[in-house]
Amino acid sequence: MLLRARGVLLKMANKYETFDLERVNLTKYLFFTGKGGVGKTSTACAVAVNLADRGQKILLISTDPASNLQDVFNTELDGKGVPIEGVPGLVVANLDPEEAAREYRESVVAPYRGKLPDSVIVNMEEQLSGSCTVEIAAFDQFSNFITDKTTEGEYDHIIFDTAPTGHTLRMLQLPSAWSNFISESTHGASCLGQLAGLEDKKGMYKDAVSNLADKDKTTLILVSRPEITPLLEADRSSLELRELGINNQILIINGVLSEATDEVSKEIFVKQQNAMENMPQDLKKFKTFTIPLRSYNILGLDNIRSFFNSDHYIKANAASEPLYLKRLDVLIEDIYSTGKKVVFTMGKGGVGKTTIAATIALALAKKGIKVHLTSTDPADHLRYVAEGAENLTLSKIDEDKELLNYQNEVLSKARETMSEEDISYVEEDLRSPCTQEIAVFRAFAEIVEKAENEVVIIDTAPTGHTLLLLDSTQSYHREVQRTKGETPISVQRLLPRLRDEKQTEVVIVTLPEATPVFEAQRLREDLIRAGINNKWWVVNRCLSMIDTKDPMLMARAEAEKQWLEKVKEISAGNFIAIPWLQDASVENVGKSGV
Amino acid sequence: MEKIEIFDPAMCCSTGVCGPSIDPELMRMATVINSLKEKGIIIKRHGLSNEPQDFVANKVISDILQKEGADVLPVTLADGEVVKTKEYPTNEELSNWLETEINSEPKKKSGGCCCGPEGCC
Repeated sequence: MLLRARGVLLKMANKYETFDLERVNLTKYLFFTGKGGVGKTSTACAVAVNLADRGQKILLISTDPASNLQDVFNTELDGKGVPIEGVPGLVVANLDPEEAAREYRESVVAPYRGKLPDSVIVNMEEQLSGSCTVEIAAFDQFSNFITDKTTEGEYDHIIFDTAPTGHTLRMLQLPSAWSNFISESTHGASCLGQLAGLEDKKGMYKDAVSNLADKDKTTLILVSRPEITPLLEADRSSLELRELGINNQILIINGVLSEATDEVSKEIFVKQQNAMENMPQDLKKFKTFTIPLRSYNILGLDNIRSFFNSDHYIKANAASEPLYLKRLDVLIEDIYSTGKKVVFTMGKGGVGKTTIAATIALALAKKGIKVHLTSTDPADHLRYVAEGAENLTLSKIDEDKELLNYQNEVLSKARETMSEEDISYVEEDLRSPCTQEIAVFRAFAEIVEKAENEVVIIDTAPTGHTLLLLDSTQSYHREVQRTKGETPISVQRLLPRLRDEKQTEVVIVTLPEATPVFEAQRLREDLIRAGINNKWWVVNRCLSMIDTKDPMLMARAEAEKQWLEKVKEISAGNFIAIPWLQDASVENVGKSGV
Repeated sequence: MEKIEIFDPAMCCSTGVCGPSIDPELMRMATVINSLKEKGIIIKRHGLSNEPQDFVANKVISDILQKEGADVLPVTLADGEVVKTKEYPTNEELSNWLETEINSEPKKKSGGCCCGPEGCC
């Protein structure tokens, strides 16, 4: 590494090879995984297009419910696969779990229309509308692709642009979870029952698991950024997948700055190098590649094709006129003066939802109101924020812990009326993968219920999961109205509260880049469909708000402007921009905005 | 001894623990049926979500559904005749139909307070 601190020129001799298709042993199935916003989709698309350009037959599949492959290729996609104009040999499919669930529901119900009365059909449809069905339907589609012999024969490579980490893991864990569950289940009932004939598919799921674990068939490509948190996330996913027998993994670090020419770019450069130097030991064992930071957004075929090779940014000299931007205190004041009780920060993983949520929470607490801040982010670094802060309490939704709580609750209820031998029967149903969903959902409802007495700020999980959560809110709401069981009051009140715009505000957090803005826009549409209000947007990490003379960063700052304009338009001017910060701690974000 | 069959409404699992709430009735039924099974007495359950065909094929069930709609479920048949609708049979009823003792009384915790179904405290 050449390091000239005063003269502000840094160049690095890359410790890791730059990514090159020639240097990777490409197996039949390639899985891209990583935290949202690390460039997983861009990398998967670039691999797919470049391989197709070499005359190979490629199938690229997204299993992310918030996929943006249609934006990248500017093509309407479906779950079966659509050939991409301009790339002979490439077929792209978007697995939509909602759509799959709908198709599944219809396939079960349709034969009975007219044979059973309407009220019975409605009862069946409701039961098949839960998040459980959505998960199973998505998994079912996914398994088809990795076990189908025709697909295997037809394509040289089948590439999965998988969902954000948590969701991916659940999907990948399902083959073994379901298989175990099917084989362990002795009384045959259970959630699986609702998928008629699912047991017939046991063979397919077993094949799916063994294909995933076969190093000659499957490579897992961990995509990350040269930053501490994404690298830790990558390490965590890597470990969990290794535990499932998926050992053939490589690491791609995307967005590496290769030279620095001024103070700001030097800060970024040094921070990146440190993050890579100090990445977890287990990750260092994998073959690792880097992809240089690009000045452009990966949209359209030209950019996809050049992603691994080149960048031609215009060396802009003068910073252009800054947009008029509101600061975070405007948003905080609005939430305060309108007396909101429930505030969500939503957006794709990695955009800084947690930090924004914490900043809003702290500012409101300082104004003297009681605030409860909750995070579903497993990389929880909020603890120190709440320490010593007056009026502020903190909690965390831990999925495993919630599952345990729920199981204990059910079992202790069961013990009131059942003998120990009978309890084991209930325990079996409690091991079903669906139970986890229920447990987390109930925890979520409990937290929102705190809004009775204080302001609740919720930093939600990544978009895909959030959507499932919202969807289950709706279907549960319907179900709650007809069950005779003991439904907690928090669950009954949840949806009416979320839909009350006097009480609830959803703050959408995004970055000034193509993909995050498109995804945020879709999120907003989904919210509106669910009858939930969104007024404010926060655009985080704006390079265009900092003073840099580095040509690469200036080119990126210039590219941001159209996305800031777009957000301005969607949000009718109700948006906040936060500058890119070297240390994006809650304290610093707070200072920058207040 | 009569042959008992139960036609359930559409639900997630037979114990209902995957649903949005815990229904003690469902848990009671699931366990009673399980304990009878251990004695060799089989009560067949038909779930609307996974075996809708059974609801069409059984004339008695098909008729009662056409007449009264989904709210009539769960329906219990004894030797093919409707003996109970809208609710699950009690242990006592089952015991009479099956001419067997059903022993699934709540276990009283010895020494502790008994905030059980009787609500004695």
